Amino acid sequence: MRKLSLDNLNKFFAAVAESKTIYLPVDQKDGSAKYAKWAEGTEWSNALNTVRSPKDLFFPQTEDLMEFKTEGKNIEIIDIRKESEDFVIFGVRACDVKSFEVLDRVFLSEPVDSFYASRREHAIIVALACTRPSETCFCTTFGIDATEPAGDVSAWKTDSALYLKANTEKGEAFLKSIEALTEDADTAEVDAQKTKTAEIMKKLPLADLTTDAFGGGKTEELWNNPVWDEMSQTCLGCGTCTFVCPTCQCYDIKDFNTGNGVIRYRCWDSCMYSEFTRMAHGNNRLSQKERFRQRFMHKLVYYPENNEGLFSCVGCGRCLAKCPISMNIVKVMKKIGGDK
Amino acid sequence: MQKITRDQLITKAVELLSNGTVSAVLGWKKGEFDYDITPAVFTTEEEINNGFVYNDFCGANFSKYLVAKTKKLEGKILVFLKPCDSYSFNQLLTEHRFDREKVYAVGIGCEGMADVVKLKNKVDGIVSIDYNDDGMYVDTLYDGTVKVDYAEVMAERCINCKSKKCVAYDELLGEDGEVIDSARFDEVASLEAMTPDERFAFWQGELSRCIRCNACRDACPACTCEKCVFDNPGSGVENKAPVTSFEEQMFHIIRAFHVAGRCTDCGECSRVCPQNIPLHLLNRKFIKDMNECYGEYQAGAEVGSRAPLVDYTEGDLEPGEVFERGENDA
Amino acid sequence: MNMREETLIPKVGVITDVRIDTPDIKTFRVVTPDGKKAFDHRPGQCAMLSIPGVGEAMFSITSSPTNTEYMEFSIKKCGCVTEWLHQAEVGQQLTIRGPYGNPFPVDDVFAGKNMLFIAGGVGLAPLRSVINYCRHYRDRYGDIDIVYGSRSKDDLLDYKEIIDEWANDAGVNVHLTIDNPQQGWDGHVGFVPNYVKELNFDTNKTAVLCGPPIMIKFTLEGLCALGFDKTQIYTTLELRMKCGVGKCGRCNVGSKYVCKDGPVFRCDELDELPSEY
Repeated sequence: MRKLSLDNLNKFFAAVAESKTIYLPVDQKDGSAKYAKWAEGTEWSNALNTVRSPKDLFFPQTEDLMEFKTEGKNIEIIDIRKESEDFVIFGVRACDVKSFEVLDRVFLSEPVDSFYASRREHAIIVALACTRPSETCFCTTFGIDATEPAGDVSAWKTDSALYLKANTEKGEAFLKSIEALTEDADTAEVDAQKTKTAEIMKKLPLADLTTDAFGGGKTEELWNNPVWDEMSQTCLGCGTCTFVCPTCQCYDIKDFNTGNGVIRYRCWDSCMYSEFTRMAHGNNRLSQKERFRQRFMHKLVYYPENNEGLFSCVGCGRCLAKCPISMNIVKVMKKIGGDK
Repeated sequence: MQKITRDQLITKAVELLSNGTVSAVLGWKKGEFDYDITPAVFTTEEEINNGFVYNDFCGANFSKYLVAKTKKLEGKILVFLKPCDSYSFNQLLTEHRFDREKVYAVGIGCEGMADVVKLKNKVDGIVSIDYNDDGMYVDTLYDGTVKVDYAEVMAERCINCKSKKCVAYDELLGEDGEVIDSARFDEVASLEAMTPDERFAFWQGELSRCIRCNACRDACPACTCEKCVFDNPGSGVENKAPVTSFEEQMFHIIRAFHVAGRCTDCGECSRVCPQNIPLHLLNRKFIKDMNECYGEYQAGAEVGSRAPLVDYTEGDLEPGEVFERGENDA
Repeated sequence: MNMREETLIPKVGVITDVRIDTPDIKTFRVVTPDGKKAFDHRPGQCAMLSIPGVGEAMFSITSSPTNTEYMEFSIKKCGCVTEWLHQAEVGQQLTIRGPYGNPFPVDDVFAGKNMLFIAGGVGLAPLRSVINYCRHYRDRYGDIDIVYGSRSKDDLLDYKEIIDEWANDAGVNVHLTIDNPQQGWDGHVGFVPNYVKELNFDTNKTAVLCGPPIMIKFTLEGLCALGFDKTQIYTTLELRMKCGVGKCGRCNVGSKYVCKDGPVFRCDELDELPSEY
């Protein structure tokens, strides 16, 4: 394990930034945090997490896929892809690191999504252990250890230092590149922090939430549950939950005529939107109940069915904080699974 | 802290349900942490006793739900209207959006609602919220029980409350209040005082955070089009992320134009925005302009009133004067 | 640019022939600009066609894989992409990517079987591929029955091919029907599901259905009433799709993605999906 004095934090960012772009959580004017590029003077946020998840950095809200030039009846397709450059995402929480695995299984399965893959391959993830989880946190429900985040490098921040441990070859190379700023350290301080945080995790209000009622093969059992009617009745049908969710990855592909050619771009889409499944001759999900059910069934049943039991929720709590009507996956899980 | 209590509302709801006046109750359902309250439809006394809550986190405006709920239900639905909700209620009636006969409205006084974002910025790890005679006590994960001064966490829209008067109800619980000469246009005035570049930078900073989740539109009681242009695939701008930031800003500006004269300034747009964009300021700018150009007008103050933009009077500002006004602004 | 291949980036195709089949269906022949088939496919698979600036949509490939020269798409005018295509002329370029989805199991499950194809309206488009495949390898299959119905005689797709070719093949029986009586039509009149029941097919067949959802529903019931087991019946689904490779989330039903795990399903597999297709 290596140790970086917090006094050297800016030197560390500056050293890394010489060769790579670093994204890290920074505070916004309204008090919330977001991932932004580090530049001299950028302050690393103390916030537990960002409003938007770091999925943006692999799967941005909009991205151009290709361009077309048309002339008369002819079409030219222009491949505008560029291989990503190496970059660092710093300060990713354990839940969000896990979300990358959920996304990987979609985008990196055959046929591989080259847009996502290029960024993913060039990213170095420096994950940060939590010390002050929020009441809305429930990552433990999904087997995530917030004190021991995955990623290329795991980091622990104490009052005076940042402890760093490499988990992958990429991570080792990264630590090597900043070796001069760090020193060898034992794990005592980190172990103490982990023990303390683990105690807090046990006491979180949602610590008892379980996935027992969910998983692959439960479609028939859960499909006609009256809960869908009841809980969706005031759903506004907005896309907030899906857009702040680190694992939601549905997208749309659209064309934009610039007047000087056509850009085909991809943008986030939401299964909560009434138009999501609309075809020229009909829509197979006509009510908000059906759309609401789709979102939760996908996360808790369909996705695990296709992915060896891995749930498509990481317990980050963003939807708990942001849903305009305070409806969320925890309420659904408790209602269906029964409150302990 | 609210003067109206949960018990008062439950008693009223159960009374109206059991005497057959209504067949359903639109109310607030308790969540996990006392602040995450969900609007819900209750149909039995049991449901009400188990789940109905009322506290400082019941900010949601129920009026818009009536558009969909009155279509589906047999019989009447009970709705509790806080003063600002009652303006939306009237405005929706003015626009013939629901059948008044299918609603039993109970007006309730309001002491101003809390803003969860403000509270969370002050207090970390909220486990539960209790009240004593002297205020709000938050049980936290890290700092024990913290006393919170209610004024510090009150929503902006409530600090600048325009009216404590319920303008629509079948029955009123508690005392009615008065229309307030609020300072709600002060912030608009300070934006007006900026140079165009400063103002552009301000809005660019705010609107650049938009994730186009449509929560503002979906919560807005003035946005009740059967088919929003932003949901229409043929429009080319259907509920999707934009190609350019210019387009993003246009979404909000188009929406502000569309609700101009109909927006009651209930503030739901800003409450629901996951990115805390002060969207209500766009609408307030319109309200302020209309007040200045056409005389004071409050949408929803009564049913059937003609908004200045759809009402011709000889005293109306000439287009040329409006143009000049814009020129002077720039 | 040396990045890996990207399925979302299409190839250029060119329309080399447009056949007017019915008042609202045209069949487009598509090849690459150098005159070749854009890619190989199996019967029942689909391709994404697009017109830049108009949109992209999934269509079943109606020509048989045994046609090595070009692909054909029978397209009904019903949305913005299809409307645009309907006014396109020979020589118009478009973009094409694919093939997508699982094909009909023509080489294993269907081999040696008597085949019963049942289609309604433009639902013949995906079946034409497998019908012509079976006709091409005629000796690999038993008897072939084709039941095809449409609103009127004018709405029957591939009418000339059906009459001139299919009906003349040995061991191929064609049963046409239209919804309502029409002058100049002396064939069967009535809906497909009823006709299927009237024809009282022996259950020693593998059935393949495609048509409007309501037709599929009642035909399936009809076949089951005749004693068919759902494991003997195949169909092909259509839902909104954007990516074609099970990622964009649109065609997700239960744990399946229609674009990737379908569009061909055996009817007993459909029973395991939530009824949302």
